[in-house]
Amino acid sequence: MRKEDIIMCRCEDVSLDQIHKLLEEGYTTYEDLKRLLRVGMGPCQANTCGHLIQRELATYFKKPIEEVPVHKVRPLVIGVPLKKIAKGEEK
Amino acid sequence: MKVNYLIIGAGISGVSIAYNLAKKGKKGIHVVDKGYFTNGATGRCGAGIRQQWATEMNCILAKKSIEFFEHAKEILSYPGDLEFKQEGYLILATSKEEHDQFTKNVALQNRLGIPSKQLNKEEALKIVPHLNPDAFYSATFCQTDGHLNPFKMTEAYYLAAKSLGVTFSFYEEVTSIDTLDHKIQAVYTNKETYQTNVVINAAGGYSHEIGKMAGIDIPVYSENHEILATEPVEKMQGPMVMSFSKNIYCQQVPHGAFLMGRSNPDAKPSHQIESTWSFLDHMSKTLIDIMPKVAELRVVRQWGGSYNMSPDRQPIIGGTDELEGFYMACGFSGHGFMLAPMTGLLLAEVILEEKPSMDMRPLHINRFIDQPMIHQEKSVV
Repeated sequence: MRKEDIIMCRCEDVSLDQIHKLLEEGYTTYEDLKRLLRVGMGPCQANTCGHLIQRELATYFKKPIEEVPVHKVRPLVIGVPLKKIAKGEEK
Repeated sequence: MKVNYLIIGAGISGVSIAYNLAKKGKKGIHVVDKGYFTNGATGRCGAGIRQQWATEMNCILAKKSIEFFEHAKEILSYPGDLEFKQEGYLILATSKEEHDQFTKNVALQNRLGIPSKQLNKEEALKIVPHLNPDAFYSATFCQTDGHLNPFKMTEAYYLAAKSLGVTFSFYEEVTSIDTLDHKIQAVYTNKETYQTNVVINAAGGYSHEIGKMAGIDIPVYSENHEILATEPVEKMQGPMVMSFSKNIYCQQVPHGAFLMGRSNPDAKPSHQIESTWSFLDHMSKTLIDIMPKVAELRVVRQWGGSYNMSPDRQPIIGGTDELEGFYMACGFSGHGFMLAPMTGLLLAEVILEEKPSMDMRPLHINRFIDQPMIHQEKSVV
């Protein structure tokens, strides 16, 4: 299957080919890819592409997957404790 | 490692300074950043560019910067899309007093060649029909203000600088600066030692700390400002809608999402950039008041970032009498992204001792010595 046809981020319609191009340019992390391709910025907030891209980064850089950091999870996708809502506190 | 110019911080200011020095033919320029690409304030900003300010200095810096942005793609030969649009900023006055202040602001802006104008309620509603007519008194509008993608703009400078020979290292943090007889000797990071006589502090939220390493007390501090993004929808709003008195800015970016932010009046100086529930609470209520239709959208994400605050809410750009070779571009107070083209140009001129494109005294750190503060920028969120 052609890399252009493999969709890694469904929310933002980003292909494996686009990801590989940025890695070839020298970017190395999920956070870089997110800012330049919008992966993980859509409605699912990386719940789908996060693990796919983590695995891809591990393969590309020949690293164990546990050494590849995943994206920063932001509210509201992250759980919010009720008492923090009541107090209006930091997350 | 020996370098001629060490720039600390690869945010929009750092990459613009690097590009401008390289463009003027300088070699041996290296940029270090402690995190990933655009991890700091640049990548967290609200992506707006405006010229409607209340101080002359900010008006001039903003106007000249927008003139650069208008041709940035060609000047920097950037292959991507900068998502530049000039659909204006619509700034709401919510009282007669604010309206009268805006009359003065517009007169100042017009005198400096900025095409802003004051609008009555009906005229404002023609530009943004979903405004609640009961939530404001009048407005000002400047068509040539607008939006630019901060990640793409930074990448454009970054790639252009690299092609001119500038080198970069990410995930590298400065730990100390060595000086001798008021001159810089070396900069230490967690990975490398740089022998250099010129250091440029473009460290954004951490500018004060970098100053301290060099023995310079820069009167800036950081403060958390929060933003949220909604789901993307079909285009429904052209300009950024902003209100200082209601504490909100809100725009629909070309991608379709709405970005909106406000400041926390109780924020304390800190490097904390966490997200709070209280922000969502206040933001949602403000939005229901001024643009109820936008409040129907779903919020998908919120985040925070540092404003680097200066005493007069205007940037500090220049050197210092205390330490030869130490330069800074900091204290942008939330507006470093939109002023970056001028930041880079002016600081490069100062460093190379060329005649600067504008009077640099009002931007120099010395303005805070024995000076009563007379020109604080009030047009801020």
